[in-house]
Amino acid sequence: MSTDKRPARPPHLLLFLAAAVLPPRFTPESVRYDRRYRTLDKYRFIAGFLAIPLAFYAVFVVSPFLQAIYYAFTDWSGGPVANFIGFDNFVKMWNDERFWDSTVTSLTLLVVAPVVTLVLGMFFAYMITAGGRHRRGQAIAGVAGSSLYKVVYFFPQVLSVAIVAVVWGRVFNTNAGLINGGLNSLGIKGPAWLGGEYGLALIATLTVICWSFVGFYVVLFSAAMGAIPKDIHEAALLDGAGRGTTFFRVTLPLIRDTVRTGWIYMGIQALDSFAIVLVMMPPHAMKVTPVFLYERFREGQFGYATAIGVVLLLLSVVFSLIVMRVGDRDRIEY
Amino acid sequence: MGPTHVNRRDVLKRTAAAGLFALPAVGALSSCASGGGGEKKAEKGTKSDKNPLGVKEDAALSVYIFNGGYKDRYAQFVTDMYGKAYPKAEVDQKATEKIATQLQPKIVRGRPSADVVNNSGADQMNIGKLVANKQVADFTEMLDAPSWDDPAVKVRDSLYPAMQPMGAFGTDGCYQLNIAMTVYGNWYSQRMLKETLEAEYPKTWDEMLAVCKKAKDKGIHGWSYPGGHPRYMLFSMYAMFAQAGGREVVEAMDYLEPNAWKHDAVKSVFEAFEELVAKKYVLTGFDGPQGHTEMQTAWTKGKCVFVPNGSWVENEAKDTTPKGFGMTVGATPSLSSGDKLPFGTLYSPPGEPFIVPAQAANVRGGLEWMRMMYSKEASVNLFKETGGIPALKGAIDGMQLPPGTDSAQKAITAAGDNIVIPFFKEWYGELFTEDYNKVMGRFMTGDMSTKEALDTMQKAADRVAKDPDITKIKKV
Repeated sequence: MSTDKRPARPPHLLLFLAAAVLPPRFTPESVRYDRRYRTLDKYRFIAGFLAIPLAFYAVFVVSPFLQAIYYAFTDWSGGPVANFIGFDNFVKMWNDERFWDSTVTSLTLLVVAPVVTLVLGMFFAYMITAGGRHRRGQAIAGVAGSSLYKVVYFFPQVLSVAIVAVVWGRVFNTNAGLINGGLNSLGIKGPAWLGGEYGLALIATLTVICWSFVGFYVVLFSAAMGAIPKDIHEAALLDGAGRGTTFFRVTLPLIRDTVRTGWIYMGIQALDSFAIVLVMMPPHAMKVTPVFLYERFREGQFGYATAIGVVLLLLSVVFSLIVMRVGDRDRIEY
Repeated sequence: MGPTHVNRRDVLKRTAAAGLFALPAVGALSSCASGGGGEKKAEKGTKSDKNPLGVKEDAALSVYIFNGGYKDRYAQFVTDMYGKAYPKAEVDQKATEKIATQLQPKIVRGRPSADVVNNSGADQMNIGKLVANKQVADFTEMLDAPSWDDPAVKVRDSLYPAMQPMGAFGTDGCYQLNIAMTVYGNWYSQRMLKETLEAEYPKTWDEMLAVCKKAKDKGIHGWSYPGGHPRYMLFSMYAMFAQAGGREVVEAMDYLEPNAWKHDAVKSVFEAFEELVAKKYVLTGFDGPQGHTEMQTAWTKGKCVFVPNGSWVENEAKDTTPKGFGMTVGATPSLSSGDKLPFGTLYSPPGEPFIVPAQAANVRGGLEWMRMMYSKEASVNLFKETGGIPALKGAIDGMQLPPGTDSAQKAITAAGDNIVIPFFKEWYGELFTEDYNKVMGRFMTGDMSTKEALDTMQKAADRVAKDPDITKIKKV
């Protein structure tokens, strides 16, 4: 590129926009030889490949989102008319005891379910990758049969959520369920797990959520733990660290990014938990916010229902942001 | 082992993706974006004696049936009748469990894909909203047309009363028609009562308590209810509200009048049941979604005497009912001699609702299909296929009826004009399926007193009255 060809003034912005859709040979030289043309060319190239998926994403994901947010500010009930009513739906929600009841349940799940699931997941993953006896010069090894466990833990993940909910509904059945049947044979009269007290219903739901998701985190964490170089563990061993110390001082800090991702993911799943609660739980005993939303939807209160959906979206985003801020520090590369 | 670290961008991406799951309704909503527009509508045909509604003979007809306990063979019979009467018309019937999912988006867009819809089941469209949005056609013209079997009698007069009021929604029209009568009440086994307990059916609450005591001495529970669906209790309580306090009391509930639920008559009924609970006469449990089936099985096995239920139970519990069980429905007992309505007052609304979408391509054909549904042959076939009591008066008189249906039929005749229907359950569904359900869940386990229960119900009724999203029905 010779300097005499470079124009005195940079080309007009509109020319650049036009150049975005022109092949190079029809692009004016003033633009073609501009420094910024390379960037334009690069992104044009990438966008060319992404155009179709992006269009799909815009039509099927982004536009429903925007529509839903719009409907949250209307009184739409399925008819041809949707009147804009400002924040009325949100005011109604604020004053609606049923919303708060369901939200307290959802938030409890949001806080407790990830903690329980991740702790269990980490424990199992650690036992699978590093919890076993030391054998033949290996610094770390899983407990006996760990490769089998890894598969077995993943089973619930393969089942559809509806099946999980139906099966557990049977297990918790008051008169004929597995749990109360077991308690019966010990001479204890089991409680009504699902249709009785709120606390028991909450425990039952937590059990099912944790059971069905823990396998995923076992696999996720054991992969993360497996990626930690063995010599780090060996060094810890040589320094005389026991299993507990190794886990808390070495393993956990090295997989903290994975844990955080898992935490966000699990939190959002707990916040949803729609299918499990809808299928398994009699609605009078306990409700999560998505079930309450569904009921409003069923009653034809689409405007109100979408407003609840928008609040749920905000809750998910806030939760993710908080978790991403917690303990944010530099990652160790290995 | 592959790379496992996850960078911030992945986290964001996953968060966004997972955020989608937090909004389960969004996908459904996007498919019902409000819009209008119509397609070609079938023109009116010429009216004649054989065709009083002026159906266009070659206009296609599409029927959608809820594929529930009744299946759809009873409706196929009518659809075939239509095909025979109008051989030039292309008739088509579909059955689905997801009525709202399949049809509502198209109705919202003003292009319904069906001309007759059996709007029933857990996924039914909210009928109050459909009426308020003028999305359903008025049946009045059909009700005033001559009936299928006898041109001298109007369709309206050939049916049991309460058909039009059930579909009126505060107007003088009729936007929903039902095809079968449901009888609610205290269901029991003749054999259990007569042979095991050597008792008569209790006509007063004191007798009811005496029967329960007798049962308890024999180790049998006097009552049960499905813990998973505690709202079933209304089936046994509702007629008692009306008996104790008269029709004004239940009308006050329908029209969401202040303190309707705190009326003394309502209170006395709740207290009566509180006593059943306190004396441990009630067999509890059955708390899963299948609780009703489990309870019915325990009942047919003789673990309890009375259960709140509707006339579908005979069909539903068919597989577990032993021979000679003698399934019977009893009207609710009188509370005291001061009752305003006599023993025999019956909670018996017409059920299994049908609508014709206002924008349907063939509205007249839809109305005509309903007229055929109310013919004698279709009614008899309905009974044969489903065991339901047809809405056509006397349609199954003189037929060999199973014991439950027989007792239900007799109960309707005995009630005469004293039929009561909780319209609030149709108009303000959530008051029944959510609030009453929740209250009874705690009340029937002794976790909630009568006072708390009534306060909670009144609060819920007041909330519905104030809710701008719920279309209120005014007294006509």
